[in-house]
Amino acid sequence: MIRIENLVKSFGPKRVVDGLTFNVERGEVLGFLGPNGAGKSTTMRMITGFIPPTEGRVTVGGYDVAESPLEAKRLIGYLPEAAPAYPDMTVHGFLAFAADMRGLSGDAKKRAIGRVVELCFLASVLHQGIDTLSKGYKHRTCLAQALIHDPDVLVLDEPTDGLDPNQKHEVRNLIGELGRTKALVFSTHILEEVDAACTRAIIIDRGRIVANGTPQELRGMSLVAGAVTVSGQGVGADKLAALGRVEQLDGAWRVYPDGRDASGELVRAVVDLAAREGWRLEALRTEEGQLDEVFRRITLPDTAEQ
Amino acid sequence: MNSAWKTVRTIARRELVSYFVSPVAYVFLVIYLLLTGFFTFTVGGFFERGEASLAAFFVWHPWLYLVLVPAVGMRLWSEERRAGTLELLLTMPVTTWQAILGKFLASWAFLAIALALTFPVVITVNVLGEPDNGVIAAGYLGSLLLAGAYLAIACMTSAMTRNQVVAFILAVVVCLFLILCGFNPVTDLLTRWASPAFVDTVAAFSVITHFDGFQKGVIDTRDLFFFLSVIGFALFATSVIIRNHRAG
Repeated sequence: MIRIENLVKSFGPKRVVDGLTFNVERGEVLGFLGPNGAGKSTTMRMITGFIPPTEGRVTVGGYDVAESPLEAKRLIGYLPEAAPAYPDMTVHGFLAFAADMRGLSGDAKKRAIGRVVELCFLASVLHQGIDTLSKGYKHRTCLAQALIHDPDVLVLDEPTDGLDPNQKHEVRNLIGELGRTKALVFSTHILEEVDAACTRAIIIDRGRIVANGTPQELRGMSLVAGAVTVSGQGVGADKLAALGRVEQLDGAWRVYPDGRDASGELVRAVVDLAAREGWRLEALRTEEGQLDEVFRRITLPDTAEQ
Repeated sequence: MNSAWKTVRTIARRELVSYFVSPVAYVFLVIYLLLTGFFTFTVGGFFERGEASLAAFFVWHPWLYLVLVPAVGMRLWSEERRAGTLELLLTMPVTTWQAILGKFLASWAFLAIALALTFPVVITVNVLGEPDNGVIAAGYLGSLLLAGAYLAIACMTSAMTRNQVVAFILAVVVCLFLILCGFNPVTDLLTRWASPAFVDTVAAFSVITHFDGFQKGVIDTRDLFFFLSVIGFALFATSVIIRNHRAG
């Protein structure tokens, strides 16, 4: 649904987005990660046609965003960063305006408003002015606007920013649900959301893609991925060292596979060793790897080397 | 075409409603009517003139609008930029032109409402004497076009900044220029050292020169063309500014 080819955006001499290429298909939820200023919002603004790219092109549903912007925009629902909405309107008035702009009228408009009000839990504030809403409600009002025409493509810029934990949970569930039938891109810098909602994640840094894969694949890039952590009575580092590099943790030992296949071979070897030596194990765990460690390592290469 | 026009109407309706949800619109209307009344009857000497016309009413409009129209137009784009709703609006299926036209027409309609509310002066002059109502109608048309020209300029300056006050001041300066280049004291000053052809050229850019005909009841196509081309040019400039702003 979304095709991005060699996308570049320069502001003056600075290349904020520097040659991005990726696709998002229907049924996919793409998490767009990166530190602040990495070019996430700029990329989303180019996908939705708000700003023109310096180089490269974006097509949505087969329409080039630069050449047929109206056709492309009709397919997209967009939640901009900071969720702007007209402060002088009521929630209902705002959603009715969005429905009108999307060409909905009569019964279809009424149904569409009813549907998004339910999806985004807005019933209690429906006739309240947007300037009187709390941040969470304002955010969901803007999200409702993006969903009003049931678009095939959803672009959500930090959809959970400023929400409380319960609301975050609801929005994540909503993203997962919507992602089954739509092509959905959302940006975040909360890593747990990648696990909670994404089928695929892209990490960008300084306008370039530095990682692209499923959440499992990204975790696999972690240094501790596949390592076995073991604790118990009698466990000895000298014996474990025969299996691989050993690191002492707080009351436990961690053995690294060091490039070996991590498909359970190491953990079986540890279990065998424990049986032979008569160790009384208390805990044994294969590390999956941690996204935040991967994220820190690949987005801050300068500090990681120091 | 039909759906394109529908989008313009949707934007215009939202804009017009937003004038009336805040008390600012009513404050504006009251101030506008008080000022027109004051200038017409007190400063303009409507009764002392002893003639059945609205000359004392229309002659002040270029000056009155100088402050009032930029106040109506200043928020059109700067407010959208400040609140971030510009991004929302322009990522909906609209062209920049539809958005500009919708907003412009809404504020123009608001000014037309204000102008229409001056109907008591028409009644007054008809009760007191036998005015030429054709001249009055021409005056109203000219006044509406004049307001449209100022408004288009305010629309343009509003697109330049996210600060409404800056937009207001810029619009007043540009409009003031359009008044002064045809204002008699200024043209008299110019004739002392410039050739008459030059003075005429400068004066041709003035709203005063072109508004004069309407006040006398003459609807000249050149005057119509002048006001419509100022509107067209300022709105075109608005679209260029918005496009540039988006391109970064």
